[in-house]
Amino acid sequence: MKAWKFIGLRLITWALVIFIGVTFVFFIPRMFPSDPVENMISRMTALSGSMDAIQVEALRRQLRVQFGLEGTLWEQYTTYLREGLFGFNFGPSLMNYPTPVGEIIARYLPYTLFLSVTAVIIAWTLGNLIGLLAGFRKDKRLSKILEGIAITIYPVPYFIVALVLQIVFGFLLGWFPMTANIMTTADTGVFIASLLRNSLLPAISLLLVGTGWWIISMKSLSASVSEEDYVQYARYRGLSERRIGASYVLRNSILSQVTALALSLGGVFNGSLITEIIFNYPGVGKLIQQAILSSDYNMILGTITISIIAIATATLIADLIYPFIDPRIRYS
Amino acid sequence: MKVLWANANLRLKIGLIAMVFFLVLGFLVPLIPHVNPIIYNTFPKNLKVGMGGTLLGTTALGQDIFWLMVESLRNSILIGLIVGVIGTTVGVFIGLLSGFLGGFADRALMVLTDTFVVIPSLPILILMTSLMKGQAGIPVLALTLGLFAWAWPSRQVRAMALSLKERDFIQTAWFSGEGAVQTVFTEILPFVWTWALSNFMNAVLTAIASESSLAVLGLSPANLPTLGNMIQWSRERNAILLRQWNWIGPPVLLTIVLFIALFLLITGYNDYQTKKRGR
Repeated sequence: MKAWKFIGLRLITWALVIFIGVTFVFFIPRMFPSDPVENMISRMTALSGSMDAIQVEALRRQLRVQFGLEGTLWEQYTTYLREGLFGFNFGPSLMNYPTPVGEIIARYLPYTLFLSVTAVIIAWTLGNLIGLLAGFRKDKRLSKILEGIAITIYPVPYFIVALVLQIVFGFLLGWFPMTANIMTTADTGVFIASLLRNSLLPAISLLLVGTGWWIISMKSLSASVSEEDYVQYARYRGLSERRIGASYVLRNSILSQVTALALSLGGVFNGSLITEIIFNYPGVGKLIQQAILSSDYNMILGTITISIIAIATATLIADLIYPFIDPRIRYS
Repeated sequence: MKVLWANANLRLKIGLIAMVFFLVLGFLVPLIPHVNPIIYNTFPKNLKVGMGGTLLGTTALGQDIFWLMVESLRNSILIGLIVGVIGTTVGVFIGLLSGFLGGFADRALMVLTDTFVVIPSLPILILMTSLMKGQAGIPVLALTLGLFAWAWPSRQVRAMALSLKERDFIQTAWFSGEGAVQTVFTEILPFVWTWALSNFMNAVLTAIASESSLAVLGLSPANLPTLGNMIQWSRERNAILLRQWNWIGPPVLLTIVLFIALFLLITGYNDYQTKKRGR
């Protein structure tokens, strides 16, 4: 019974987060004096030289419908919620007219998910293992060196790490392609090979920054758990260090790392967007960049709405996993 | 100051020295009369290091790289400082309010805070800055970045407030007739202060990183030299392919050193505070 209450509360929070975030996204553009329709029209008239007034008026009405700017603010808002939030329908993309925004996002999103999910899982596992070694067995030389590297790289912003890797391994050494060029239309084998080859450098740069935090936080967690009486007791019982590390220290310190993982996903997503842009990787980040360059407002709104839903859902999943690994929680 | 230095750990010392260096380079060095590094063709294009009376050479647009770097550093730090002040002040205020009010107000504020913690900030910053079309100045940009800087601190301050609320000395203050405002200022803030300082430095880091991210997208104010913009401008002009390391190198190196130094300052300061409490 209490399990349902826990899940129910999490689901309500999830819905509220998405609702507030999306509402925010809806109202921001309307607070700015810049009108996307007028921008489009002035650009079109500038390109075509002259247009007569009736044509312009018809165009204006058509664009207002496409941008979802018809009707009162309340009508626009409910339409956006109904169509965008529940139907993933954000209207046609203006840079790839008339392909719907949703269809293009569906094509780019898997790449971002592939890149960031792989990077997050590896970074989290690796970081926690190294952190455990550094905190539990402080004498180990290797753990000290790895920790030093982590502390040096962790504070550096994602895009600087990506840029340096691109210059060193892409340009100077030429080991990896400088910018991604994935053969999407080739045979499955060739496609997968080119996907892996092109994803490696972006993934490594996400990993380098991502792993650092898990090492630092896991080290301090496991160092404090190592001081606990029950760890000392386990030693007196003659358990091996390996056993103590795995079933006493790790199990007790990994819990807060799961919560931290849930809270870090937004940041990882930000980093992934920037990394994609640096490497020209065909994910959502690249899509947002193109949308900005061509003032494709439907696309910008669509990608941002989908991003918020994706991150909130990923956080929800991480939250729901928590009780399964923490035996102390009885949904109270 | 002397006491602080004597008891400081190595990280704090390195961090402090580096910060003094950055502040001098960013805020005192620009006082020396110099050419305006934004104007094109003040020098011949693509000068190498030390040529033509310049320190680090010139860009493909004939701008002095050294002065461009100095002004970029100053603006980046300035943006970071403003965002740090906004984020920390608002965060502490909301966190204390939420923690001490409790009840419905607390829950409402926390849902709002959690939303801002969870939603990815960059896409929304992209939306806002793309509407500004690179026309914003430092204050507007800093305000925009500040929108996402308060949520995490307010969560943490709330947790501190919840535990402080139950302590005896707070109860004593209440019962001895201290008002809510006075209690907060004289009893609570001293506890929050240490934490706020380290959060402030962290917020400065995050803000400089966010600004650079926006710059990569071409969304940072168009004519404002910042570390991010300087890197982006050199990338746009193919400084990598043309091996103009004297152009793209300085802002990249400066950013890396700045971030590591600030991080050492934060962790060093936290360790120093923990030790001090232990004494």
